[in-house]
Amino acid sequence: MLDLIWLLPTFPLLGFLILALAEGKLAKGPAGWIGAGSIGLSFAVAALVAVSFLQSGLESHTVPIWTWMSVAGFDPGVNLYLDGLALVMILVITGVGFLIHVYSTGYMADDPDFSRFFCYMNLFVFAMLLLVLGDNLLLLYLGWEGVGLCSYLLIGFWYDDPYNGYAARKAFVVTRVGDTAMAIGLFLLFAQLGTLNIQDMLHAAEAEWAVGSSLPAITALLLLGGAVGKSAQLPLQTWLPDAMAGPTPISALIHAATMVTAGVYLIARTHTLFELAPNVQLLVAWVGLITLLMAGFTAMTQNDIKRILAFSTVSQIGYMFLGLGVGAWSGAIFHLMTHAFFKALLFLGAGAVILSLHHEQDIFRMGAKRKQLPVGFLCFLIGGLALTAFPYTSGYFSKDEILIAALEVEGQGIWLWLGGVIGAFFTGIYTFRLFFVVFFGESRGHHDATEVKGLNIALPLFILMALSLFGGWIPVPLDAVFSHGAEHEEHHISAFMHGVMIALPLAGIAISYLFYGSGILSVEKLMSLPVSRALHRFWNSGWGMDRLYDFLFVNPFLYLARVNAKDIVDAFYDMLAALSRAGHLLIVRTQTGYLRWYALSMAAGLVALIAIGVLL
Amino acid sequence: MMGAIPVEHGLILAGILFSLGLIGVLTRRNIVFVLMSLEVMLNACGLAFIVAGSRWEQADGQIMFVLILTLAAAEVAVGLGLIIQMYRRFQTVDINVLSELKG
Amino acid sequence: MILTLLVALLFVGGLLAWFSERINPALPRWIALAVLAIELLLMLSLLGADSVNGPENGWLAAYNHAWLPRFGISLQFAADGFSLLLLLLTAFLGIVAVGSAWSEITKRAGFFYFNLLWTLAGVVGIFTALDLFLFFFFWEVMLIPMYFIIAIWGHENKFYAAKKFFIFTQVSGLIMLVSIVVLAWFHYLQFGFFSFAYQDLLNVRMNRNMEMWVMLGFFIGFATKLPSVPFHNWLPDAHSQAPSAGSIILAGVLLKTGAYGLVRFAVPLFPNAAAEFAPFAMTLAAISILYCAKVAFAQSDIKRLIAYTSVSHMGFVTLGVYAWNELALQGAVMTMLAHGLSSAALFMLAGALQHRIHTRNMHEMGGFWGRVPRMSAVALFFSIAALGMPGLGNFIGEFLVLLGAFQANHVLTIISAFGLIFASVYSLWVIQKIFHGKYSDSAFDSSRLLDLDNREMAFYAAMMAGLVWMGVYPQSFLDLSAPTLQALLESQAGAAAVGALQP
Repeated sequence: MLDLIWLLPTFPLLGFLILALAEGKLAKGPAGWIGAGSIGLSFAVAALVAVSFLQSGLESHTVPIWTWMSVAGFDPGVNLYLDGLALVMILVITGVGFLIHVYSTGYMADDPDFSRFFCYMNLFVFAMLLLVLGDNLLLLYLGWEGVGLCSYLLIGFWYDDPYNGYAARKAFVVTRVGDTAMAIGLFLLFAQLGTLNIQDMLHAAEAEWAVGSSLPAITALLLLGGAVGKSAQLPLQTWLPDAMAGPTPISALIHAATMVTAGVYLIARTHTLFELAPNVQLLVAWVGLITLLMAGFTAMTQNDIKRILAFSTVSQIGYMFLGLGVGAWSGAIFHLMTHAFFKALLFLGAGAVILSLHHEQDIFRMGAKRKQLPVGFLCFLIGGLALTAFPYTSGYFSKDEILIAALEVEGQGIWLWLGGVIGAFFTGIYTFRLFFVVFFGESRGHHDATEVKGLNIALPLFILMALSLFGGWIPVPLDAVFSHGAEHEEHHISAFMHGVMIALPLAGIAISYLFYGSGILSVEKLMSLPVSRALHRFWNSGWGMDRLYDFLFVNPFLYLARVNAKDIVDAFYDMLAALSRAGHLLIVRTQTGYLRWYALSMAAGLVALIAIGVLL
Repeated sequence: MMGAIPVEHGLILAGILFSLGLIGVLTRRNIVFVLMSLEVMLNACGLAFIVAGSRWEQADGQIMFVLILTLAAAEVAVGLGLIIQMYRRFQTVDINVLSELKG
Repeated sequence: MILTLLVALLFVGGLLAWFSERINPALPRWIALAVLAIELLLMLSLLGADSVNGPENGWLAAYNHAWLPRFGISLQFAADGFSLLLLLLTAFLGIVAVGSAWSEITKRAGFFYFNLLWTLAGVVGIFTALDLFLFFFFWEVMLIPMYFIIAIWGHENKFYAAKKFFIFTQVSGLIMLVSIVVLAWFHYLQFGFFSFAYQDLLNVRMNRNMEMWVMLGFFIGFATKLPSVPFHNWLPDAHSQAPSAGSIILAGVLLKTGAYGLVRFAVPLFPNAAAEFAPFAMTLAAISILYCAKVAFAQSDIKRLIAYTSVSHMGFVTLGVYAWNELALQGAVMTMLAHGLSSAALFMLAGALQHRIHTRNMHEMGGFWGRVPRMSAVALFFSIAALGMPGLGNFIGEFLVLLGAFQANHVLTIISAFGLIFASVYSLWVIQKIFHGKYSDSAFDSSRLLDLDNREMAFYAAMMAGLVWMGVYPQSFLDLSAPTLQALLESQAGAAAVGALQP
């Protein structure tokens, strides 16, 4: 059974090929069946693989398919590698992916480019599966770039609007900056260790490099560059909020559940390298912490329902990075999984709300929708509770694990922990701000909203609700993967600390209620202070990062491109041409066209020649 | 022996004839006269060859003269043909009209 | 023998195509197609051939006949796996070019196909000639018909472009000729007889300065053709003015002759000077990659844009060649092949667009996806191939180049790697300007904006298949060029590669 994992990426690939070759001439029915069905088949295979893998008790299993290339000792294969980590990932990708595909058959039902949508979606799942199954970094890189491409295509799916195109290109180019750093990391790894096979490379690194030496630090930094690009962490986080220009299922699948967590996967996959570079690992924690706080502030100031969720995603991935940075490898992956459940739920719920309100995304034009949209209400209630780590929902377990591990870091542990807990407090505020504004208070528009009908929309939502509530009890088989990491199984944490971790998110919810649920505290009064207005503006713009990058990189590039559109090097050759033309004008004066002038110059030349002959 | 005439005299005469011909080529506007002046120059060369041949008592000089004579005849034939063409096309024999090679 | 047949067939086929126009104006294109198809089959027959003169030297076919024995000039042809790959690319793109000209060229079709076939004859000669005099002969043969193709069938500014192309390549070619003659002269001084044969010239030793100067002559000749900054200025003009068939041949094949020359001649003939020069060449390569990517982004003429991206991509080839290790060289060869296909396809698309709406200005286009979905999807495919998407040939080439070059020079490789970012900027910009955005046909007559027909689609499908093949299983190509490159590397002078080739 385990040898059948090559079927996993094959089904989506076939789906993609069929839909692509049909050139959109397929009716929506068959196109939907192919698009969602291929992922369903993959999920079935993944489930079977999971069962037999867990029963076999193997630590890992490699399925070689073919040798990609073999040049001078560089011989990456197209080989699939399955271990506990990959297993969790493929289950999340195909499972959540399948639910989102089913949901999309309802959500996109009225779109004329229905089959193109599923074509890209299937290609995405194919690339994402290769990313997590590849046994070498080059195959991982293939999947890595492939998901980036699909992300680009799907963000710009509604290509009529130039803004969507801009958002899509921004996403691709910004992540490409990180990808390039990662590619350089691959060059360095190969030059130093002679292989890109992940397991061989990690063993070689352990054997050859000392802990804390510079080479593992540099390679880990370069890989981190790739990870922050893909996972929208500081300093490359700016693309994710704009990526919400795509259809909402895309935001759920790519920009919440799977692709953006690829950076977390990459670091977990190469965790040995980061353990060899403790400083870089600590940097990962700080990157995560700062990102989660910054995104938390920004999320509190947004009005667009999807942008709030986008900043929340950035913030939650920040938690995963924090987990990676403090050595809670399983905790980070566990949070990746639970986050996939509840964030997919939130996005799909948001999609249902948006569709019910005729593509309205501004939360302040909603209000009091809990009666009209009971399913959406339930989605946001359950998803929001899981997101704020309400006790015994899925998010509670995973966030707990990360924060407790943070506390155990020597020296800076208390700060990392404190930052994480404050972030959780913000999470409570912004999540329930959204919740109260949309579903309570008075209706501020779209009074006629009716719930979107259809089993293919409702069923995935209910399954995701169940997963968000109870996903915390799913055991993740990661012990073998991270066995030599620090031991986090025996947590000793004071009851007070634990109390704080539970209380602060609840306090956040309470503050939200005071401001938005009951109106006891007034937002207007708060906003009347100049300082809060300025802060609001600053946070709302994402801490001015877009402006900064425009100023530092984009505008200089555009300026240089504009002034040099004619290619300055050409001027040199134009100058040569002008010089020879000037010479021509000079000499052409001797060509009078009169016979006697030519005869005279011949005679004169003759005399001159003779004279020279005589004189010399 | 015909050594009565010194070779210098013959060469000077040839030189004078050549210069006269050259002046004619340079100053005349009528193309027929230009052609005639050219003939004078050719014959001046021929004279120089004859004088040199007699000085060295070699037949080469006379052979060269015959060659020049033939050349001149051919040249006149071609030249007159061109002049007739020119007259037909431009209705003139003024050489200054033909200045299309001006750069 | 088969190699002389390859060259002769193209020359004769060209004449036939020219004269056949009097019988029927549709005949030349059929003749050209038939000739190129036969060429392709002949080349494919070489794939299974055993090496001549023993299995170790890698030459699959060879031919040698005296031409001017007094100066040691002979008609010496030979092909190994590396040449064969480029020959196959030449024949394949030749067919594509004929396909693209099929309905586009109606004026003086016979003479057009004559020029096309003679250009290709020159190219085939270049890829097979092992006598440097013969090599130079073909170098010139390739040039003049191409001049006519641009000057007669080009667009609005064709004479300027044709002259620029001619002067650049002619001047650089003459500089190379001087180098060839000086090299032969040094051979005479050292061994007492003239020879222009590659394997003889490999043994010539010169003092350091002289070697550098002669090497520079070769480098300028090849770098102009490649082209590399600062010799690239003929390319944007030539490409934007040439008819699409001309652009396909220029970008797909002619540029590769420069790269071939670098690998085959400029480095092996002058190992010491090349090693000394390598950092400069790699710097030029890095500048080419970044500078031309930036200039490409600023263009509004789609063909000029693609032309500048060509310079940028060929920078990776230079980088790989001067890194001079197996990874980088294999990467350079893969880049040559993959860029041949992807740029040819992009030029063909640009030509198809111009043929339909009579403009190349991207600012007048937009939102074509809704009108011509097939063409848009094809353009998207080749754009993402050009930006180095893994799984397609260009990625394999550029990744191997960078992987190999990193071992030779960290800093320049890292700088060049930024080209990957720039490539994504301009590639996606093209897609945005032409195929995405709001559709508007205020600037052109949209009545003939039709989607690709099946004949056009067949050519694009073939090129797509080629790129996917290169990206998914590049080993078929790597195996062919490996013996050549290993032999070149093994003996720095490369003598081992040809030592055994004695007719």
